[in-house]
Amino acid sequence: MSYEIKLDVFEGPLDLLLYLIRKNEIDIYNIPIALITEQYLSYLEIMRSLNLDLAGEYLVLASTLIHIKSKLLLPPAEGEGEEEEGEDPRAELVQQLLEYQAFKEAALSLNERPLLDRDVFTRGAASEEEQTTAGEADDALIEVDIFELVTAFRRIIAGFDRKEDLEIDMEKMSLTDTINEIMERLSEEGQITFSDLLGDRTDRRRIIYTFLAILELMKLRMVRAYQSGPFGAIRLFPAVEG
Amino acid sequence: MEEKIAIIEALLFASEAPLTVERIVETLSDTEKKEIVSLLEGLIREYDARGGGICLREVAGGFQFRTRTDLSPWVRKLKIGRSALLSPAALETLAVVAYRQPLVKAEIDRIRGVDASGALKGLLEKKLVRIVGRKDVPGKPIIYGTTRKFLEVFNLKDLSELPTLRELRDLQEQQE
Repeated sequence: MSYEIKLDVFEGPLDLLLYLIRKNEIDIYNIPIALITEQYLSYLEIMRSLNLDLAGEYLVLASTLIHIKSKLLLPPAEGEGEEEEGEDPRAELVQQLLEYQAFKEAALSLNERPLLDRDVFTRGAASEEEQTTAGEADDALIEVDIFELVTAFRRIIAGFDRKEDLEIDMEKMSLTDTINEIMERLSEEGQITFSDLLGDRTDRRRIIYTFLAILELMKLRMVRAYQSGPFGAIRLFPAVEG
Repeated sequence: MEEKIAIIEALLFASEAPLTVERIVETLSDTEKKEIVSLLEGLIREYDARGGGICLREVAGGFQFRTRTDLSPWVRKLKIGRSALLSPAALETLAVVAYRQPLVKAEIDRIRGVDASGALKGLLEKKLVRIVGRKDVPGKPIIYGTTRKFLEVFNLKDLSELPTLRELRDLQEQQE
């Protein structure tokens, strides 16, 4: 069985669950728990295989899903059938999902409003932010988090033919070599974009090594990653000069 | 009459923040609040009818001149690199705070299903969210709410102008 691998920018476990529900075109009030649990876990597996440090919240929801699944498998307790049907074990989760979905939509509609300094502007007095960031050359850049890196990674591998993935490249690679290579290019070029580093690599292993190397370098605080806006190019800078 | 409109226009132009009707009343001591409100409405219509690059809008409990929304591509070029976009996580957190305020962080975490510390810190730094107080329960958790700047940035007159959460309303009706 294969799943389309699509690691969008999930804002958390509920976001991932909502995404799966939308993707499968499922009625949120009648979630097929077995199917969703399976897919949810396979996504966690993908994230784990990329060596992403999964936030504990993802595992909490995974255990909730499995708990609900097991409850659904049990026959209803005796004497309960006569009266109302026992409460649906999914009810609490559904309510949480609906609540989250409402706020997610509210966030989107907030973002569609004419925003100050994006869509509308006031008379040219420097705003507080401009004053505090004045002089910083890179103030258009925002620091990116792990999800954006994963999205960038997915974009790179998305175009690949599956056949190509199956070809085994025996070239020996090590994380250390990749790290050294990145640091070398960084010290030569000063800055480098994520796609520059990955663009000409055609096999998955090299990409994964590069990706892991960047994550490692970020963890070691040897490089910093910035992005000029959502879906913009991710730029890497050496964290310390020289 | 004409003179009063001119004065109000001058006040609006010179004001750094959205100008409240109360402040205009203080300045134009001989004019009723009602009259000022209708003068302001007239001014809004006048600017809209003119179809120029500037319009007068009611935001954050006051009135302020702003550029026309559809002209943003040009103005943005002038202000290149100055707008700070909010990440989806920050927007979600902000939406929860805006609709549920005053509230504690645990409530935000519960709704979003993730720890909101980082997003909340960013919003505090951007002055879109503020600390309102501390809840009188064990641990005295911090209570958060939105700021006046939130209204200014999101072009809202006041919090009641926030669109209602459709799904939440439906959900509550179902439970009744």
